[in-house]
Amino acid sequence: MLLVSIIVLSVLGMIFGIALSLASKVFHVEIDPKIEQIEEALPGVNCGACGYPGCSGYAKAIVMSGAEPTLCAPGGDVVAAEIAKIMGTKASKKERNIAVIHCQSGGINNTNIKFENKGIATCKAAVLLSNGQNACTFGCLGYNDCYNACLFDAISIDENNMRIIDGDKCTGCGKCVEACPRDLIELVPVSKKVHILCMSHDKGKDAKANCGNNTACIGCGLCVKKCPVDAITLENNLATINYDKCVSCGLCATVCPTKAIEDRIKIRPQPIIIEEKCIGCTICAKKCPVNAIDGKVKEVHKIDEEKCIQCGICIDVCPKKAIEVKS
Amino acid sequence: MDFSTLFVIIIGSIFVNNFVIHRFLGLCPYIGVSKKMDSAIGMGMAVIFVMTMASTITWLIYTFFLNKATSIFGIDLTFLRTIAFILSIAVLVQFVEMVIKKAAPELYKALGIYLPLITTNCAVLGVSLLNINENYNFIESIVNGAAAGVGFTLVLVLMAGIRERLEYSKVPKSMKGMPISFIVAGCMALAFLGFSGMKF
Repeated sequence: MLLVSIIVLSVLGMIFGIALSLASKVFHVEIDPKIEQIEEALPGVNCGACGYPGCSGYAKAIVMSGAEPTLCAPGGDVVAAEIAKIMGTKASKKERNIAVIHCQSGGINNTNIKFENKGIATCKAAVLLSNGQNACTFGCLGYNDCYNACLFDAISIDENNMRIIDGDKCTGCGKCVEACPRDLIELVPVSKKVHILCMSHDKGKDAKANCGNNTACIGCGLCVKKCPVDAITLENNLATINYDKCVSCGLCATVCPTKAIEDRIKIRPQPIIIEEKCIGCTICAKKCPVNAIDGKVKEVHKIDEEKCIQCGICIDVCPKKAIEVKS
Repeated sequence: MDFSTLFVIIIGSIFVNNFVIHRFLGLCPYIGVSKKMDSAIGMGMAVIFVMTMASTITWLIYTFFLNKATSIFGIDLTFLRTIAFILSIAVLVQFVEMVIKKAAPELYKALGIYLPLITTNCAVLGVSLLNINENYNFIESIVNGAAAGVGFTLVLVLMAGIRERLEYSKVPKSMKGMPISFIVAGCMALAFLGFSGMKF
């Protein structure tokens, strides 16, 4: 009986197999080989950052409906270039984004709580329970939904249960942005180094009282006044940086009375003008946000180191590359 | 051929013992593919085809290989029926998938994952097993399979029609989408319960 049952099943399998393979010849559908090539070039993590359902969906969209080859956040420039090569076009370079959590609270020691939450330990569930257990209704809940959503191991958790984003590992896919029920996470170009780490729209006094880390934005507006490029706006008791304008000079961080602004550049090198190269074009003087460059036409310019905020704009704008940083 | 038995089987499978509404089989595509009328009809047609073919093939397999009394081997192999039936259903679905991919790529896209899911659709296996349990003969099995598919398509299309209208109706926020669909499905099951009064 054992033998017969094995024979019966294998004969059935064989008949069906032959029938299917014949059918697959008859009903063969031509697929553009580019789709397969692009799918191989993509990282295959199916994060959805491109806006298409998975890597194969994106590969199809590129070939069939001409989607941009630069949409893959995890792959970055390398993959974009590879896709462009397959498609026979040129890829434009795009700056990489990384995720920034706009809150400095949410740890064990630096959160003021209203009540002890013994419910389901996820941020999404905590928010549903009378708007979260922490006093600040804008701040981090500390249940690490973002950590769990991260596909690239870019978020780590320290001994105080604070989330630390590894800028090298973060691909800017946006999974954590979706996961955070308080919308605390934003994708920011990797070159921007100064961030306002608070999302509280509470009035100054309340914001300060609610924040367990004492680093709430109280909406004083000092940073708005200080910003040399008008990149900060104050709205509804909260200052926000417009990253398109921000030059990461870090001036705002120095004036913030509550330390709500973080400057990730620890040491800013002082730029100096190399006198032999300077042609006296005054471009750097015009661009300097704090008028620290004394420049007359056709004369060698000078940087007033007292006024200079080391933002580095002059280095970028100098046509003769005459400005360098002190080593 | 007794046409009255066939008629009873057809009415029974479509209305009285409807696979989705009465036996609660194949609920996954019933909820999953009933968002749009077009894909619901396409799915229904695919299921009708698969169910009819599955009934035919599984009946033949059962009668000539597995059942002791009628088998060519003369041994009782009924314990093999689940695996043998699943095998033939899987092959059929693969075949249907190929045909649809070739003939109607748009429909193939619209059906998405639910097309290969017919393979594991309990309604298809259910109709094959029921044919055996009810001791249907060859013709009755085919008719029962087709009628079960038609019944499935009927409720699927009805549901798609209702859900298309639901999109435009005012539904409380917490009930939007799936919850209201489940309630509608429940109401439909209640309405179909009325058919169970039909006695032949």
